[in-house]
Amino acid sequence: MVARVYVPGDAAAVAVGADEVAAALAAVAARLSTPIEIIRNGSRGMFWLETLVEVETPQGRIGYGPIEAPEVPDLVAAGLFDGAPHAKRVGRPDEIPFLARQTRLTFARCGVIDPGSLDDYRGHGGLKGLERARDLGMIGILDEVTASGLRGRGGAGFPTGIKWRTVAEAVADRKFVVCNADEGDSGTFADRMIMEGDPFVLIEGMIIAGLAVEASYGYVYIRSEYPHAIAALERAIVTAREAGLLGAAFDLEVRAGAGAYVCGEETALLDSLEGKRGVVRVKPPLPAHKGLFGKPTVVNNVLSLAAIPFILAEGAAAYRTFGMGRSRGTMPIQLAGNIRRGGLYETAFGVTLGELVEDIGGGTWSGRPVRAVQVGGPLGAYFPPSLFDTPFDYEAFAARDGLIGHGGVVVFDDSVDMARQARFAMQFCAVESCGKCTPCRLGAVRGTEVIDKIITGQDVAANLSLVEDLCHTMKLGSLCALGGFTPYPVMSAITHFPEDFGARRTMAAE
Amino acid sequence: MPFAHWNADRAAAIVAAQANREGALLPVLHALDHAFGHVPDAAVPIIAQALNLSRAEVHGVISFYHDFKTTPPPPHVLKLCRAEACQARGGEAMAARTLARLADRADIAIEAVYCLGLCASGPAAMFDGRLAARLDDDRLTAIVEAAG
Repeated sequence: MVARVYVPGDAAAVAVGADEVAAALAAVAARLSTPIEIIRNGSRGMFWLETLVEVETPQGRIGYGPIEAPEVPDLVAAGLFDGAPHAKRVGRPDEIPFLARQTRLTFARCGVIDPGSLDDYRGHGGLKGLERARDLGMIGILDEVTASGLRGRGGAGFPTGIKWRTVAEAVADRKFVVCNADEGDSGTFADRMIMEGDPFVLIEGMIIAGLAVEASYGYVYIRSEYPHAIAALERAIVTAREAGLLGAAFDLEVRAGAGAYVCGEETALLDSLEGKRGVVRVKPPLPAHKGLFGKPTVVNNVLSLAAIPFILAEGAAAYRTFGMGRSRGTMPIQLAGNIRRGGLYETAFGVTLGELVEDIGGGTWSGRPVRAVQVGGPLGAYFPPSLFDTPFDYEAFAARDGLIGHGGVVVFDDSVDMARQARFAMQFCAVESCGKCTPCRLGAVRGTEVIDKIITGQDVAANLSLVEDLCHTMKLGSLCALGGFTPYPVMSAITHFPEDFGARRTMAAE
Repeated sequence: MPFAHWNADRAAAIVAAQANREGALLPVLHALDHAFGHVPDAAVPIIAQALNLSRAEVHGVISFYHDFKTTPPPPHVLKLCRAEACQARGGEAMAARTLARLADRADIAIEAVYCLGLCASGPAAMFDGRLAARLDDDRLTAIVEAAG
């Protein structure tokens, strides 16, 4: 019997030596004349275990990790191909608490299947959503997506069904479906993982979107920092075209970004796709009315589109059962930074920040106390442990002057200097500003300078109130979330960690 | 990776191959960058002519995006992630030490990158197009030294 061995081809596994592990396995097997089949699956999303090697046995798949290439000969000698005991054996991956406690709807297949195989995708429930979408037709799809309660997973949380209906009702000779895969937020990698680990689910979601709004062409705009994702999706598109899923009725192509964070903003992304500088557009008109090349356009994040096949296959009710309040379904949360068990954690809305960081993530990687957690990327607020009871929910985070954004959770231990983090937020905004609106273009530069003065102890109280005033202007006066949300990390750092701003006495005196 | 020397005829052919795509400018610039490792000023009139744009528009786009450089890169490029998730795992201190250690290596360009999507395995970097994570000074040095 040919032993079937899984070695992730996910970029985060490759970055810690997965290619070398796969090569070592092939070499050892050849030397022993043991026929093996190596499948480069996606990652299960337990990055502390990468490279996680899995072998198929009569008892199911058995995992070993983290494995480095030099260990491979010993591992094979110990009986890897039969799932034999070993110090690095972690048992069945789906029984590891981190995975077992998740509700994987969008990521159900990620890390399980061969991402290059459409047959494998179909064998694990793929394309069922598309079949049902074809039966339901345009109105039926729109009703189903609206009823599911799905909100945009890119960060803004706008109801997907309403967006689709707006485009469906628009009259034009051409319409487009654009997938925003410009996942620039630090602490996020869910888009990358799904494109590398289960690319057909995104393609299926985009075909369904095309049916719902009568669009015949789609673009996936992927950031250039993700070469593995670009390659995986391009391969999958070719396969889907050969299988007749893509073609005359609806076709797709990948476009690479060029290292501009602001292109994650949907209108800047559209300008970039049109071959222009990635400058934010004034809204209205909405992209749903005048989007790509001036035509009605659905712009959705990868995770929104990848949630669609499940919703269509299993029905809106099955999806909206999960969650809390107006946040329905599941969110692929990404645990990152200084965390012991970092990775992809898909769960129903409602889990608290404390459960995520302490219980599921196991606290810090360094072993020191957690001091701050930034949720929602570079534009998200820093939360202290005293706010760990905040449930993961769009409204609950907004109520505490934060946002869940694209679901990134970056943990910092007690060595962090929050004044430095506030300065970084301003500096990042200055570097990445598209330059169109003044509060962002100038505000971020002045903000960096004023925080520098605070750090060096000049007129701390006056400069703190100046930063607060500037943040107010940026929040209300910026065209998009880059300038508009940079105040979140800055003000949350000042509010929750005043002792880092040389402000112990001055703040108390107010 | 070795790049071709600048050649106007070859550049014109590369531009022509992409020119009919909708919104062709970014694919054109990526294709030139892929071939030559940069997009020199000499490319601007060629692109402008082929895409029926003004030179100012083409220059404006090239200068907007961090990816496009107008001068040839040194033999090696090290991109260190400087974003929050890597900062949380000592990335800034490692970056500072690396910059100091490699300061006299004219053959290596050291650039900041804001996120490689390896945020649970930081600090992360990309050296000559290859990803590396869970870095420390020794691992990073080994990767750079291996390239000579």
